[in-house]
Amino acid sequence: MAQTTSFNLNGKPVRVTTDPDRMLVWVLRYDLGLTGTKLGCGAGQCGACTVLVDGEPAFSCSTALADVAGKRVLTIEGLAQDGVLDPVQAAFQEHNAFQCGYCTPGMILTAHALLKKKPHASRAEILEALEGNLCRCGAHVRILAAVEAAGQAMGGAR
Amino acid sequence: MRRRDFLKATGATGLFILFRTAAEAAPQLVPSRPAGYPMDFNAYLRIGADGRVGCSVGKVEMGQGNMTSLAMLAAEELDVPLERVDMLMGDTDLCPWDGGTGGSLSIWQFGPVLRSAAAEARAVLLLMAGERLQVPADRLEVAAGVVSVKGDPARQVAYGELVQGRRIERHLAEAKPKPVSAYALVGRSAPRKDALEKVTGAARFSSDQQLPGTLHACIVRPPAHGARLKSADTSAAERLPGVRVLRDGDLVAVLHAAPDQARKALELVKASFEGTPQALDDRSIYPHLAGLAGGAKVGVQEGDLKAAEARSAIRAEADYLNAYVAHAAIEPHAAVAQWKDGRMTVWAGVQAPFRVKAQVAEALGLAAHQVRIITPPIGGAFGGKAAGPQAVEAARLALKAGAPVQVVWDRREEFFLDTFRPAAVVKLRSGLDPAGRITFWDCQVAGTSDREAEIGYEFPAKRFASTGDAGDIGTSSGGPHPFPTGAWRAPAANTNVFARESHMDLLAAKAKADPLAFRLRHLTDPRVIRVLQAAARQFGWVAGDAPSGRGVGVACGSWRGTLCAAMAEVAVDRATGQVRVKRVVLAQDMGLVINPDGARQQMEGAVTMGLGYALSEGLRFKDGRILDENFDTYRIPRFSWLPAIETVLVANPELQAQGGGEPPIVCMGAVLANAIFDAVGARVFELPMTPERVLAAMPKG
Repeated sequence: MAQTTSFNLNGKPVRVTTDPDRMLVWVLRYDLGLTGTKLGCGAGQCGACTVLVDGEPAFSCSTALADVAGKRVLTIEGLAQDGVLDPVQAAFQEHNAFQCGYCTPGMILTAHALLKKKPHASRAEILEALEGNLCRCGAHVRILAAVEAAGQAMGGAR
Repeated sequence: MRRRDFLKATGATGLFILFRTAAEAAPQLVPSRPAGYPMDFNAYLRIGADGRVGCSVGKVEMGQGNMTSLAMLAAEELDVPLERVDMLMGDTDLCPWDGGTGGSLSIWQFGPVLRSAAAEARAVLLLMAGERLQVPADRLEVAAGVVSVKGDPARQVAYGELVQGRRIERHLAEAKPKPVSAYALVGRSAPRKDALEKVTGAARFSSDQQLPGTLHACIVRPPAHGARLKSADTSAAERLPGVRVLRDGDLVAVLHAAPDQARKALELVKASFEGTPQALDDRSIYPHLAGLAGGAKVGVQEGDLKAAEARSAIRAEADYLNAYVAHAAIEPHAAVAQWKDGRMTVWAGVQAPFRVKAQVAEALGLAAHQVRIITPPIGGAFGGKAAGPQAVEAARLALKAGAPVQVVWDRREEFFLDTFRPAAVVKLRSGLDPAGRITFWDCQVAGTSDREAEIGYEFPAKRFASTGDAGDIGTSSGGPHPFPTGAWRAPAANTNVFARESHMDLLAAKAKADPLAFRLRHLTDPRVIRVLQAAARQFGWVAGDAPSGRGVGVACGSWRGTLCAAMAEVAVDRATGQVRVKRVVLAQDMGLVINPDGARQQMEGAVTMGLGYALSEGLRFKDGRILDENFDTYRIPRFSWLPAIETVLVANPELQAQGGGEPPIVCMGAVLANAIFDAVGARVFELPMTPERVLAAMPKG
C-alpha cells in the first residue's frame, strides 16, 4: 500500500512514503510535522484545513495525498517569506482579524489565493471566496476588513 | 442578587461584598486576594534580569483576548510597557490556582487579584529602589520599568537590575493600586499579544502537541444517549498493522501511530450496546419541559399578582421556546497525555485546568501533585470546554499504553458528546392597565434557570420561578434533559432575554406604543436607560408602532453587571420566510473598559455568533441519537450572513470593569424577533427562527 509520493511543499520538493489514499491533512500534520494546517470537521465543511494546491484553495481533509503528486502545496508555514509576513497575514495582525485563531490559517490562505488572482476583489467576491471557511468566534467583520486592506496593499504593489 | 447566585454556584462565596465595595468606593480600593488565590505576588509576577515581566495566571486564552487585557492590567500597575509582559496561562505547575475561565470573570473577578498583586510588587520594588538610591520611596517615580528620583532622573535603577531574576522576599500588608485617573495604558486599545503566532500558524493548540512515540486513540462511542457499551469485538481492528486496543472499564479505544489509521481501525470494531434510549425528540421536548413549569421554584415574588391581574385591562400570555444549541467550536476537544516518572502531564484545551487536574487525579487514583495540566491556546470554547473529558480519556489510556496518547474527537463526537445549551420553555403571563403600563409579570422558566430574567422594569406585581440552574452553569447530566447540558456563552440569559424582550414588544404592540418608548416608560435604572438611548442615537431610531414594515427591532439585556442594548434592521422574504439581517447596533456599558478594541471584538463576535442561535441553530435529535453530526445540517453563521455591525461603548469608568465576553450575545434572539415582527408582523415564539417558523407566524391574508 505504501508508495512514494513527490510534491512541492512550501517551495521545496518533498517525498513521502505512505498510503497515497490518505488525506493530505494527516500527512502534513503528522508525517511532516506541519501543524499550522488545522482539522475542524473532517468532511470539507469548515475550511480550517485549507491549503493551496497549485494556488487554488483545497480542503486537505478531503484531498488525498495522491491528488497532490507533482503539484505545489502551500501551507500557512510557507506563506511568510524570509520572516516577512504575507500582506494578508500582516493585515490579519493589524486588524486583529481573529479571536481564537484556529480557523485563521485556512482563512488567510483562502484570502491569499483570491487576492493573488484578484487584488482588487470586490467585497462580494471576498465574501463568496470565504463562504466555505467557518469562524465560530465571529471575527468575520475584521477578517473582511483585513482582506480588503490586504487587497489594497497587494494591488498597490503591482 | 444575581451575582451572588452566581458566586454561590461557582463556590466563590464571600466575594460579593468585597467586590461591591470595590465598585462603589472611589478611588477604587482593590480587595485583598480572595480565598483560593495565592497571597504571594510572586505567584503571579516574576521580573527577569532583562526587565521582562513574566505574568502567570490560571486563566486561559480561548479567543476572548484576556491574554492581552490581563497583561495590560499588570503592565499598568507596574509601569512597564505592555510588550515587555510575557503571559503564561493555565499551567497547573507554573500558574497560581484559578477556578476556571468562564462567566466573563477574567477581568471582573480575577482582574482585581492581579492588580493588587502587581500593586504590591510595584510598592516593594519602590522600597528596594529607595534603598539602592538612598532616597525615600515617595521621592521616586517609575517609567517603563525604570525607577528614578523625581527631579533627578540620572539617579535611576531598572526593575531588572533590582531583582536580578530572583524571587522578591519582601511583602507589604497593603498596597494601593493606581486610581483610574492615573491609567496610561488601561482604557486605550492594545493589539492582541497572540497575533503573530496566530497568523503564522505557529500557535500550537492541543492537537498540535507532538511528542515522540505518540499513539492516537479513537474511542468506541454509543450510537445514542441512554445506550451503554455491552461488548466490543475488536479482532478485525487488531489485525491491521500497528493497531493496539486498550480497554479500561467502559473505555475501549483503538490506537495507532497515525490518527487516520486509528480512525479507520475503529470502524472495524463490532460493538453492541444495551440500555433504553431516550424517548424524547426535538419536538416532544417542549411539552415535556412545559409540563415541569408548574413545579418551578419561586425565586422572587413581590406585590399582589392576583389583584394586579384582576385590574388589568389587557392580559397577554405566551410561551417562549428555545432549542438545544451546540458549542460547535471549530477546534475539536483534544488532549495529549504523557505518563513519565510517576507524573501524568496532560496538554488539553480546557477552560478550568485546575478542575481538570482534580478530575484526572481522581479518575486515575493519583495524588493531585502527580498531575499537571498544561493549557495550550484554545480554539474556541464558549462553555463547551468547561469540563475536560478528553483529558481524562487521554490520561486513562496513557497510563496503560506506556506511550503518550493523543485523543482528538471527530466532529461527530463533538456533536454527540457536547454539553448543549439547554432547551427551555419560558411561560410568561402579564397585563396592561388602560394607560398602557404593565400591571403584573409572571415568569416561569422550565429547563434552565431564571438568571437575567429581570433587568429592572418596574412591575407592580411580579413573580419569577424556574426549574433551577442544573445544566446551565455547571455541566449536568441529570435534570429534565435527555443528554448532558452545560454553560453556553451567557448561560440562561439568551433564553430569558429572548422571552422577556419579545414579550415587552408584544405588550408594546397591544399598548400601541413605540417599543423603545414602552421600555423607557418602565425603567428607572439610569444605566439601562443610558445604553438604550446610546443604541438609539447610533441607530437613528425613529419612533413608530410595530409592525411598521421597516423591519427594525430593539432589545436590552444584562449579564454579569454589563448592560447591553441592541437595535437591528432586517429584511424578511415574505415568500420564503428567509431573514436577512442588514444592520445591528450594539451599545454596551461594561464599567471601566480595559481594552476598548478587545471589547469591540467580543461585541462584534457575539453579534455574529448570535445570528446562529437566533436564526438557524437548533439541535435535531430522536431516540437518543443526535441527528446533526456536522456543519452541513447544523448551520452556523457564515460570511454571507454578515450584517453591518456597529458597536458603542458607553463610558462608565467609575464602575469597576465588568464582564465582556458573554454579555453582548444576550440580546440577539429578541432583537431579531422584534425586527422580524416589525418587518412582516410575524411574532416568532421559538428559537431558532427558521424560514418555516417565520412563514408559519406570518399574519394570514
